[in-house]
Amino acid sequence: MKPNEKVKLEMNDISIAFPGVQALSSVNFQMMSGTSHALIGANGAGKSTLMKVLAGAYDHYTGSITLDGKQLPIRKPKDAKDYGIQIVYQEVDMLLIPNLSVAENIMLEKLVHDYKGKSVVSWKKIHKEAAEIMKSVGLELPTGKLVQELTLAEKQLVLIARSLTMDCKFLILDEPTAPLSDSETSRLFALIERLKQEGVGIIFISHRLPELFQICDDITILRDGQHVISAPIHSMDQAQVAQHMLGTQLEAQFPERSSHAGELAFEADNIADGDKVHGVSMHVRKGEIVGIAGLVGAGKTELCRILFGAAPKTQGDIRLDSKRISYKAPHQAVAHGIAMIPEERRREGIFVEDTVGVNLTIANLTPHTRAKTWLSRAKERLAAQSMISKLGIKTPNDTTRVANLSGGNQQKIAIGKWLLADAEVYIFDEPTKGVDVGAKRDIYNLIAELAEQGKSVIFASSEMDEMIGITDRMYVMYDGKVAKELVTAQTSEEEIMFYSTGGQAG
Amino acid sequence: MKAAKVSGKGINWFDFLYKYGTLITIVLLIAFFGLATDNFLTKESIIGIFRYISITTIIAIGLTLSLAVGGFDLSVGSTASLANAVVISMFVWHSQNMFVSILVVVVLCVLVGVINGFLVTSFKIQDMLMTLATMFVIQGVALTYTRGATISKNMIMPSGDYAPGSIPAVFGQLGKQPWIIIIMLVAVLIVHLLLTKTKHGRYMYMIGGNAEAAKLSGIPVKKYRFIAYVLAALFAGIGGMVLAARVMTAEVNAGAPYLMDAVAAAFIGYSVLGSGKPNAFGTFVGAVLIGILSNGLIMLSVPYYAMDIVKGAVLALALGITYYKRKH
Repeated sequence: MKPNEKVKLEMNDISIAFPGVQALSSVNFQMMSGTSHALIGANGAGKSTLMKVLAGAYDHYTGSITLDGKQLPIRKPKDAKDYGIQIVYQEVDMLLIPNLSVAENIMLEKLVHDYKGKSVVSWKKIHKEAAEIMKSVGLELPTGKLVQELTLAEKQLVLIARSLTMDCKFLILDEPTAPLSDSETSRLFALIERLKQEGVGIIFISHRLPELFQICDDITILRDGQHVISAPIHSMDQAQVAQHMLGTQLEAQFPERSSHAGELAFEADNIADGDKVHGVSMHVRKGEIVGIAGLVGAGKTELCRILFGAAPKTQGDIRLDSKRISYKAPHQAVAHGIAMIPEERRREGIFVEDTVGVNLTIANLTPHTRAKTWLSRAKERLAAQSMISKLGIKTPNDTTRVANLSGGNQQKIAIGKWLLADAEVYIFDEPTKGVDVGAKRDIYNLIAELAEQGKSVIFASSEMDEMIGITDRMYVMYDGKVAKELVTAQTSEEEIMFYSTGGQAG
Repeated sequence: MKAAKVSGKGINWFDFLYKYGTLITIVLLIAFFGLATDNFLTKESIIGIFRYISITTIIAIGLTLSLAVGGFDLSVGSTASLANAVVISMFVWHSQNMFVSILVVVVLCVLVGVINGFLVTSFKIQDMLMTLATMFVIQGVALTYTRGATISKNMIMPSGDYAPGSIPAVFGQLGKQPWIIIIMLVAVLIVHLLLTKTKHGRYMYMIGGNAEAAKLSGIPVKKYRFIAYVLAALFAGIGGMVLAARVMTAEVNAGAPYLMDAVAAAFIGYSVLGSGKPNAFGTFVGAVLIGILSNGLIMLSVPYYAMDIVKGAVLALALGITYYKRKH
């Protein structure tokens, strides 16, 4: 397709409902090929749903999708792909075959379609073609490497590469930068620029406003399943976008708090796992929020898992209130009063098939039982309901399945269960990932409140503004080591970034 | 919004059948066999069905516990065979009393459960494959122990003498109604209470639902999985002993045929009243369904050797419904 052949994609009057939820009501969306379009909204606003409709993930929507005025009857993923609409989902692992090579994963669709009726595959050709596409997206790996050995960022590039093997008029990227480091992000943006030049229309879903302004031409904002506004992106500023997303004036995101760290509570000495963490030492005082800063892949998640006993360590000591403690599994860590809110919410933090109530009480069931054995539904309900109102979890009641709630509310539940468990040390691993602005603020407030109560908080995040906004002190990790310890009041995002990217104090 | 509404109705219809399908099927089968045969609805026949399903149910209850923690104990049939052989041999070969004989079997079954539990929690091998291996090991142990022969009262020992012991009459009573039915109902009730009313049951279901999230919620996952396998072996052992009490002999691999019935009962049980999880009451209902089907078909003169076709088909249907539901 030539760059000058611009086509117009329109989605008109799109509505879709799921049991108990009207996910989209009469939403309109339109864009030209060769442009990039930001799609934004708070969690639960319907942006992912809208894009899934476009990608053919649902067949029970109403409304029409047209390309240059021609109706596209998209009802299944194959339809969308045939019309040149490709999507790269946020959950990359769902779409990759871990025990096949990079080349096979990239050429998967081609293998399926081009080899229809043929039985013999030319692996040489496959690997050669894959290598070319990999080069064009900036993926520098052996084509024979197994996908299960890749990082999240690499997996995402594999998926983008796969989209490009097919006819690609419109490419939907769902939160593509969430797992990426800064250099990976800028490489992705360069790739997007190039695809635009080649006439591809990019739909870009993200929560990160600054990068949308950097990369997108137009913006469409959704709220509660409804279309709010579509406009050229530079006709607005960030505050206005946030305002449209929330529907109310944006307040200060981070809570006002004064540091009053008490005595030493949690200490880790020379922790290593022989792989991703190399000799990390840190300490946290009572009432202190200590950040673990660093980019994706710096070893933050691995460190958090070790501190919680969820991953083995090969060396190092942990002390709580100056007493050496040892534990090999999370339940033993919990017995010492340590809690962790894991990064991968849906896989690790919550039980999606179970109710809000069950999820909230699971980390500390015993107080909701008689004789430490028999469950008391009344006590459970009481505890769940108080937590629902305390955290402002938006759910019809405590017996709703968690799967039906939005990401932000799911995260509140993942945190809430540890509030009911009443721990002393709280480890948060990327607690605001994939969470909308409003829920983020609630989560910051909660964390601040925990510190206020004298709890020790470890806050791992790759968002530099969070480090500045919420912590008292931080350890900047780079390549599995603590590169620098910084006092928040005396540092800046730029300084954190400097050490995160391997900068050395001169 | 038309499309959404139409498909919404379809889902409800499926949900209704999912929830009540098993119970409706049971009622329809009873009506059908009641009309098609003369003596299906007699008291004797109904008690016969309960007696028939009690061993299946007890073994299936153990299996249900392993399913609840996301496992799958395929070795329950073999464990029942072993328990059957050992308890009869304790009476007949070693002239032991009931207390000692049953205690030996219980200890042995706990040991089997400990081995299974250790293997499935220590290695990252699918439970079904691991217990497939132990299924054959346990079966082999039982066969070796009995030297591949049937154990019964007054059997001829290798020395040429008759076996010295006899099976106590009280033990035989356990295999007759009402006791056999009472044992079954107590087993169902205990596991039902364990799974639905206690903290431990909640933990087990959470582990079965998402083991990683359970681990990170501070649940001792290995411990509970271990316990589930010990209990599964224990219930299989009880099932084997009740089988022994019912037939008063130990046939070669007597417990093996109960495996498929137990698996079918447990999986039919997933859907009963829309639970969507392995559960004791559902397993019982599943066993009732299989019992009615088997007894009714026998009365209709369907030969016993064709029965596996029907049971296998029922299992396939139950699995199909369970997994279809999970996807939706």
